[in-house]
Amino acid sequence: MRFGVVTFPGSCDDVDARLACARVGEAVRLWHADRDLDGVDAVVVPGGFSYGDYLRPGAIARFAPIMDEVIAFAEGGGLVMGICNGFQVLCEAGLLPGALLPNTGLRFLCRQVGLEVVRSDTPFTTACPPGAVLSIPVKHTTGRYHVPPEMLAELEARNQVVLRYAAGANPNGSVADIAGVVNEAGNVFGLMPHPEHAVDALTGSTDGLCLFASIRDTFTRATA
Amino acid sequence: MIGLLIRLLRWILGGAPLEPRAAAPPKAAQANTAPAKAGPGKAAPAKAARARPAAQESAPIAGAADPPGTTRPPGRERALELGLTGPEYGLIVNKLGREPNEVELAMFSLLWSEHCAYKHSKKLLRTLPTGGPKVAMGPGENAGAVDVGGGLVVAFKVESHNHPSAVEPFQGATTGVGGILRDIFAIGARPIAILDSLRFGDPGTRATGRPDGERTRYLLDRAVAGIGHYGNSIGVPTIGGEIYFEGPYEQNCLVNAMALGLARGDRMIRAAAAGPGNVLILFGAATGRDGIGGASVLASAELGETDAAKRPTVQIGDPFAEKKLMECSLELVDADLLVALQDLGAAGLTSAAPEMASKGELGIDIDISRIPLRETDMEPFEIMVSESQERMLCVVEPERVDAVLAVCARWEVGATAIGTVTDREYVRILDGDRLIGEMPVRALVDDCPVYDLAPAPPEHQIYPAPARTLSSEDPGDALLALLASPNIADRRPVFEQYDSIVGSRTVRRPADADAGVLMLPTRGQAHPAIAASIDCNGRRVACDPYNGTIEAVLECASNLACVGAEPLGLTNCLNFGNPERPHVAWQLTESIRGLADACRALGIPVVGGNVSLYNEAGGRPIYPTPVIGMVGELPDARRAGRSGFQSETDRIALVGGFAGALPGSELARLGGAELPTHLPAPDIAAVARAQRAIRRAVRRGALASAHDIAEGGIAIALAECCLAGGLGAAVVLPDTVKPLRALFGEGPGGFIVSGSEAAMRSLARHTPVFVLGAVGGQTLSIAVAETRIELELDQLREAYGGLAKLLT
Repeated sequence: MRFGVVTFPGSCDDVDARLACARVGEAVRLWHADRDLDGVDAVVVPGGFSYGDYLRPGAIARFAPIMDEVIAFAEGGGLVMGICNGFQVLCEAGLLPGALLPNTGLRFLCRQVGLEVVRSDTPFTTACPPGAVLSIPVKHTTGRYHVPPEMLAELEARNQVVLRYAAGANPNGSVADIAGVVNEAGNVFGLMPHPEHAVDALTGSTDGLCLFASIRDTFTRATA
Repeated sequence: MIGLLIRLLRWILGGAPLEPRAAAPPKAAQANTAPAKAGPGKAAPAKAARARPAAQESAPIAGAADPPGTTRPPGRERALELGLTGPEYGLIVNKLGREPNEVELAMFSLLWSEHCAYKHSKKLLRTLPTGGPKVAMGPGENAGAVDVGGGLVVAFKVESHNHPSAVEPFQGATTGVGGILRDIFAIGARPIAILDSLRFGDPGTRATGRPDGERTRYLLDRAVAGIGHYGNSIGVPTIGGEIYFEGPYEQNCLVNAMALGLARGDRMIRAAAAGPGNVLILFGAATGRDGIGGASVLASAELGETDAAKRPTVQIGDPFAEKKLMECSLELVDADLLVALQDLGAAGLTSAAPEMASKGELGIDIDISRIPLRETDMEPFEIMVSESQERMLCVVEPERVDAVLAVCARWEVGATAIGTVTDREYVRILDGDRLIGEMPVRALVDDCPVYDLAPAPPEHQIYPAPARTLSSEDPGDALLALLASPNIADRRPVFEQYDSIVGSRTVRRPADADAGVLMLPTRGQAHPAIAASIDCNGRRVACDPYNGTIEAVLECASNLACVGAEPLGLTNCLNFGNPERPHVAWQLTESIRGLADACRALGIPVVGGNVSLYNEAGGRPIYPTPVIGMVGELPDARRAGRSGFQSETDRIALVGGFAGALPGSELARLGGAELPTHLPAPDIAAVARAQRAIRRAVRRGALASAHDIAEGGIAIALAECCLAGGLGAAVVLPDTVKPLRALFGEGPGGFIVSGSEAAMRSLARHTPVFVLGAVGGQTLSIAVAETRIELELDQLREAYGGLAKLLT
């Protein structure tokens, strides 16, 4: 299958995301100014500092021409994963509920954290062992997931929480230790941790690979 | 606006009158210049100084934008205000055959500043060994580079941004990182790592509420935030660094940033202009008034009490602009569209354009009316000396200009053709049709006089004894106090503010090992990698500039050995006080002699470097701090070493002919001891043998851990191995005469390793090995003669975690 990884001006982890996707499929770059998804089967909106995080992380990238295509693709049921800044972009674009606020520590934080797989039945987690605790790094300043209490209750009721920081490992003050959520339809996924930085034992962990493998498996099953 | 500049530049006179110790003589006389011996009274003023053409003094009054020669020259007084000496001004007049106008004087004052011309250090730097089979690019280019095999080279360089950081730590640090990254991608290398070296004053403690540490904590917090802001946002990982807190850095902190880049050897690009008729394109940010005069005002004079008012000379960094600029530059190089590439750093266009011309032995015409400005009413000289960040200059063949502009447009990077390369060796500045400056390239770039220093060792130690903070004689208390010392405490609270993993190359993150390790592209089944380390214990250099500098080089090489890496090359940033003071000149001379001797003995070439002088405040110099950055290679990333103990029951050994001593040590600092005036001379050959043995054992995968002994001696090295691995240890030290010396004595060439009994026996064939004990439990237990230390890992961890409290 073909993954498309968006590159905005200021994207930093786009190359890393392409390398991770290339471990399970084909990976191509999607240019922010294009209005064409190049026939990809899934879209990854990567981490970094799109448009310098000016105004608010993700707030400008959300208006890039490519995002119209990503939104249409998502609305058509296509699989979209947003990592870190990509998660922020998807929230700004209204594809995912909630918002990302500054960490409670108010500092950039780069740290390997434990992630509990809450659901292993989403298109993004089928290859992850149920109940597993994945070792994946976070690195962000604005990663505190926030939804108002009534929305949180709905989110939990609809099982939209996919990943939580392991007990005691919440690095940023996210509500209910939430590290990753899906939309109601289940085809758009955002997470603050960086699975693309956990795909090689040499660089620390291979626990992130199951997320990319899940997308491939889901797509393969759907087209079989 | 000129008034503002004059006001800014007047601090040079107020703060540190740069009276000539040496005359700026005609070139032939330079070899005989011996300022101290001659004495100021005997130093013959250069003839050129008297050769002011009288005709020009009565030239008509006109604006700075008139053709050269018709303007009333700003004159000698102005030159002095701009930091030039009288004889230097005379020499400029001589070279031009007339007095320089406003634009020309501004350009000369910057290019002839210490920062750009290295006038007090050039002669010494020539003594460093720079050649070697792995050197792909030596000193003189934007960065040095070494061959790492597979057609790839690694470029690296370290640079200071001390004075801007002392004035405004956040922007000072960000632009320091931005500047060093531009140096790397200016030679066509993709930046792949940052390391940094920071020095601050005594931080005090929150608990005691000592007010004197507040500024230090502010500087630490903002400098760290600045480094993170730039490196994280631009997507280059910070993989290591070091921080020391010592009184002499109180008013003059040090912020040195090192960057590494990866390039194809056949795609490196140089800064030399070529091809008369080729087009000069300025691309990146627009030019504004920020940083005007930074190179001379901030970088080449001492700091004084009015530094707050120097803020306008500090540049503002924009990592987003640089990210686009970097990707754009690398795409231009990759597409082979450029003839030459140069970054705009200190002194902006004034430095970049003439240096390109000088390297290419050609001339350059620049039309300032074409330069995109942030402000409309900028004076020509302001445009030429602006240090606005995130700008690059390239030389392009005329038929490729459109292609270059198209790549820039795609990356949303502004680009403008601002001039041409000429075959006449002059730099000509035009404002539309009007010629407003014309200077011979050689005079501007190469003819700044270089000075001999007048070194004299001080009669006694010039640095006061550090404040005493430890009164207990108990070794257990000493160990905990050392672990809690800001110079030793866990750096995690700082490193966690840096992205250490972006780029998917980081095999060893900060605190995993003694050096950062990055993997290179695999070659078949091979997993080659490089390692990098940055180090310098300034206090030990203050004790003994020669041996202390040798120790800094050995320390870096030991760090590399612990991950299994062999040194390929070295870069340095020489941070010293005012070289016109005899004892500082002596420190600098001795330090460079130590650097040269250590590099020769270890066979490590110096591929680049930077000199930062005038690091003083109130007449008190910083500790001499020759920061060493070293890059090495290892054949198999999978076997990169770690510092922490890995398995219960592993043997622990002391490796290398280590002979620690307490004078000049961290324990001596805590005890308030006077700094000694000498350190024991290191046995470089023995240290090199130990490094080789460690390196080979790590590469074979024979050792579970390897860590070099540095601040705090054997006991602290053991505690660090325990904390990094989460395992205790029980050891007995061999020295039975002086327990404190055995525990905490410092010196080069010692390692703490863990592994199997067989691994220790194998190591012992090449270097001295003392098996001290074994890994296990959750207690660190050290016995030496009748002395016993027993501390739980939790106690160690508590003490070791002190740095977080300093970050506001």
